[in-house]
Amino acid sequence: MTDAPKRTPLYDLHVELGGKMVDFAGWEMPVQYPMGIMGEHNHTRAKAGLFDVSHMGQVILRGADAAAKLETLVPAAITTLKEGKARYTFFTNDDGGIMDDLIVANAGDHLFVVVNASMRHQDIPHMAKHLDGIEVTEIFDRALVAVQGPAAQNVVGDLCPAAREMSFMQTMVADIIGVECRISRLGYTGEDGFEISIPEDKAVEVCRALLAHEDCEPVGLGARDSLRLEAGLCLYGNDIDNSTSPVEASLTWAMQKRRREDGGFPGAARIQRDLAQGTARKLVGIRPTGRAPARAGVELQDLDGTAIGAITSGGFGPTVGAPVAMGYVATEFSTPGQKINLIIRGKAQPAEITALPFVAQNYKR
Amino acid sequence: MTTYYSEEHEWLTVDGDTATVGITQHAADQLGEIVFVEQKEVGDDFEKGDDIGVIESVKAASEIYAAVDGEVLEANGTLEENPGALNDSPEGDAWIYKIKLTNTDQLNDLMDLDGYKAFIG
Repeated sequence: MTDAPKRTPLYDLHVELGGKMVDFAGWEMPVQYPMGIMGEHNHTRAKAGLFDVSHMGQVILRGADAAAKLETLVPAAITTLKEGKARYTFFTNDDGGIMDDLIVANAGDHLFVVVNASMRHQDIPHMAKHLDGIEVTEIFDRALVAVQGPAAQNVVGDLCPAAREMSFMQTMVADIIGVECRISRLGYTGEDGFEISIPEDKAVEVCRALLAHEDCEPVGLGARDSLRLEAGLCLYGNDIDNSTSPVEASLTWAMQKRRREDGGFPGAARIQRDLAQGTARKLVGIRPTGRAPARAGVELQDLDGTAIGAITSGGFGPTVGAPVAMGYVATEFSTPGQKINLIIRGKAQPAEITALPFVAQNYKR
Repeated sequence: MTTYYSEEHEWLTVDGDTATVGITQHAADQLGEIVFVEQKEVGDDFEKGDDIGVIESVKAASEIYAAVDGEVLEANGTLEENPGALNDSPEGDAWIYKIKLTNTDQLNDLMDLDGYKAFIG
């Protein structure tokens, strides 16, 4: 990307808080604050972290049959999504690969969609092109922050009592310090928490109010990645991409029964075939037996030295206290407990296939 | 004993033809929280510029490059169980190797403390 990196409405606040700024998908974002990645990770699991995710794309879809039309692009059930509820899904391509993952919320008179920072330039034209008669509006004047962790309910609830009563994947519009926000009870760390869409001119004020809570600290992209990895959540571009089918990626749960059976989304034929016949490879959790972290790209071998897959995300899991990884492995090696080798810097290191997630999810059902 | 510093952010405290080797506090701070150290074994020999180990932080893997030619006399085994010591005391208890120097002339290419401080600015 040749353009100068973009800044979110919270840029000055990040700098003030000591955030170490890096270029991420064309945005200048905090990778960590003075607490450090490990400290921020542990703080989020113990109390609450505030994450700036304003670089993600917020989109409004408006039109009488927006839900039915969106179902032609994604395999989730959108027409049956109740008002005030959100759902995880993905755009599929004609080969049944994943073009991006996203969250869709039924906001009553419109659908509210959040897509990845690195893919918003693809996703918005994709929707505009295929959602005939639907108004597709990307929002540029709102920040988006996530408050995640067991104390998130108190951090947000102290400023917005109604938020305490929300359940997982619920969304509503409510005031925080007099500012009208969209609050959704979800996030990408495996913890209970909220994503809050805030008018950009009030974003700093609202974040300062959230950070004023003694349990809430700012958290950067570094810990965001280790938290989502421990939670077994896929990162687009690493664990899922145009070549992976949702069945390989163990995302079958995100395709509701009617959609799986009826199809009617791009690549449905391949996905239905994968569901019926199984896939040659599967996304699995991997626990290196030693202490050396195994990162994306590391080759997986069976004990005879035959290549059987590769790591797609990996590193040190602060909550686990050991290295953790995710990757694709030939299906016959995908059973938890299976012993494999990781080729780290040319040497075979023992590891074991394990069930995901590494850290139990703590959502408020 | 004299301590020398390399542009790769290592320190060597030299006593005769042996040296204790580690990474500087500056390097440890830049790496972030260290979670794993891969070391060479006693008896392994190496040349200046060789990759003689890897330090893995939460963020990334970084090679340790030999500042001089030598041979490993001892690797600090406590780093296996407690790699985080490299953040707490990189210029103290958390040394990485004791080595035998095989070309002491190479020490002339390294920096003293003032030179290193100027180097890292």
